[in-house]
Amino acid sequence: MTAPLLEAQAVNKRFGGLDALCDVSLTIARGEIYGLIGPNGAGKTTFFNVLSGLYRPDGGAFRIDGGALPQGAPHAVAAAGIARTFQNIRLFGNMSALDNVMVGRHVRMHAGILGAILRLRSERDEEAATRVRAQALLEYVGLGPRAGQLARHLPYGDQRRLEIARALATEPKLLALDEPAAGMNAAETRDLRALLERIRADGVTLLLIEHDVQLVMGLCDRVCVLDYGRKLAEGPPAEVRRDPRVIEAYLGTPATA
Amino acid sequence: MIEAVERIPAWARWLLLAAGLLALPFATEALLGRAWVRIIDVALLFVLLAIGLNIVVGYAGLLDLGYVAFFAVGAYAYALLASPHFGLHWPFWVLVPLAALVAAFFGILLGAPTLRLRGDYLAIVTLGFGEIIRIFLNNLNRPVNITNGPQGITLIDPLKIGDFSLATTHTVGPFTFSAVHSYYFVFLVCVLLSIVISRRLEDSRIGRAWIAIREDEVAARAMGINTRNVKLAAFAMGATFGGVAGALFAAFQGFISPESFTLLDSIMILCMVVLGGMGNVYGVVLGAILLTALPEALRYVGPLQQALVGRVIVEPSDLRMLLFGLALVLMMLLRPAGLWPSRLRQRELAGEPQ
Repeated sequence: MTAPLLEAQAVNKRFGGLDALCDVSLTIARGEIYGLIGPNGAGKTTFFNVLSGLYRPDGGAFRIDGGALPQGAPHAVAAAGIARTFQNIRLFGNMSALDNVMVGRHVRMHAGILGAILRLRSERDEEAATRVRAQALLEYVGLGPRAGQLARHLPYGDQRRLEIARALATEPKLLALDEPAAGMNAAETRDLRALLERIRADGVTLLLIEHDVQLVMGLCDRVCVLDYGRKLAEGPPAEVRRDPRVIEAYLGTPATA
Repeated sequence: MIEAVERIPAWARWLLLAAGLLALPFATEALLGRAWVRIIDVALLFVLLAIGLNIVVGYAGLLDLGYVAFFAVGAYAYALLASPHFGLHWPFWVLVPLAALVAAFFGILLGAPTLRLRGDYLAIVTLGFGEIIRIFLNNLNRPVNITNGPQGITLIDPLKIGDFSLATTHTVGPFTFSAVHSYYFVFLVCVLLSIVISRRLEDSRIGRAWIAIREDEVAARAMGINTRNVKLAAFAMGATFGGVAGALFAAFQGFISPESFTLLDSIMILCMVVLGGMGNVYGVVLGAILLTALPEALRYVGPLQQALVGRVIVEPSDLRMLLFGLALVLMMLLRPAGLWPSRLRQRELAGEPQ
């Protein structure tokens, strides 16, 4: 295994009396596709929210690329190289697809208010470069012709792709996807899988929460199973699916389904 | 009508617009009298205010009900340093930027404690802030007289460029510039400048961040936007416009008192933004002009009755607010996105792609 990209060290998160995350430790290697699975309410999305800084953990820490990851500061997390999507798509609905992706570039841009007001040379160049780059990202996820459309008017599958393009615009080392295939039909899921593999081939490590068992088994190098906020098992999907604890907790129905 | 306008080449359209704007105060004086030139001047100040509030409410989606406070801060900053009250007479080219800075500072002061608030809660806090500023201005005459309390500050210096005082009448060739004309041009330049600034900000990194926060704050944070700084920037930027407008207002009126800066004024400015078309600068300009002119125009209801029926049945002063409210309701019913909605909002309302 190569040097780890992300390490979670005994991460805890409590909501009142509920242990949403209890001493969750995991390590994601550079370049792998890592799946986070588990029944509803297992703490997967909570893990994402803590990782991306939307929640502050009650204990534990993350390290990315060997350095400490800022806690409770989403913008600093994004700057450190972690981008995410949301389970219930959160696009900027009344902005065009292109503008959505351009917002994703925010953290890699430098222009301030004064530069914008005076339309300084540096600001104009940066805007132009950002526009080109955002358009390229839209092409990358297959949304090139949709650039001018409002995000809220895009079909569901396209909205999911746009969220991925927006996240990629932040130049992440780790792309965290919260149920990217939710609500997609078989053909869309196939396309999504191809896209995710391409993203990995281009050097981005992927962390995904997914319920689509086939997708997880086929795509992920390793998976971690969460149940009631605790790590139940971890390893290659083929191994994990045979783990009796996992079968009991999650794949209660025949795993071949 | 729109097609006819579109057939005119762009340069000719701009030329027509420029000629119209240059001729406007003189034509208005000839047709409607000097009082209306003054109304136009005031309208331009409100345009400036509405453009500023549009940054906070229209772009960043932060409902601010105390915006008039920044107008007040700018006005008092100018008035205190350019009147016999303290015996100070600083030049306007120092005071206008200073007023902008002071207002921006107050913008951040208001913004900082409200960063976590949204919607109704933010509205209530900003409303309180507006009132606090007004009450301070009303009461800061004891034990040390700073603001001169409810009496306000009088004999404020007019704008003066070198020896050219805007308050006196000048003759340039065939044109006679009285104070209202001179101020018209100063205000016009300020308004045009603010439109440019506002449009440039809208299409920039910071403008996109404002709109992203309006659309979905959580997603904006996750995309790397430092919402604290970006919101403070919106408050400061919006307040800056208010401060400049305030300084110009003080110089223009020569007299200010806390009474000019009430909650009703805040609401009025907000109405201009919402009615004109939130998020679209041109709509906001239109809204400000209409809402300043409408109450003035409704004054003619009295003479109109006199002419039609021979006597005044309903006092225009009673009728004004009634008709004004009716006009607001009608406009919101007929054009819910504002008179001149932003391109995106228009699409949103039509509910069709592109």
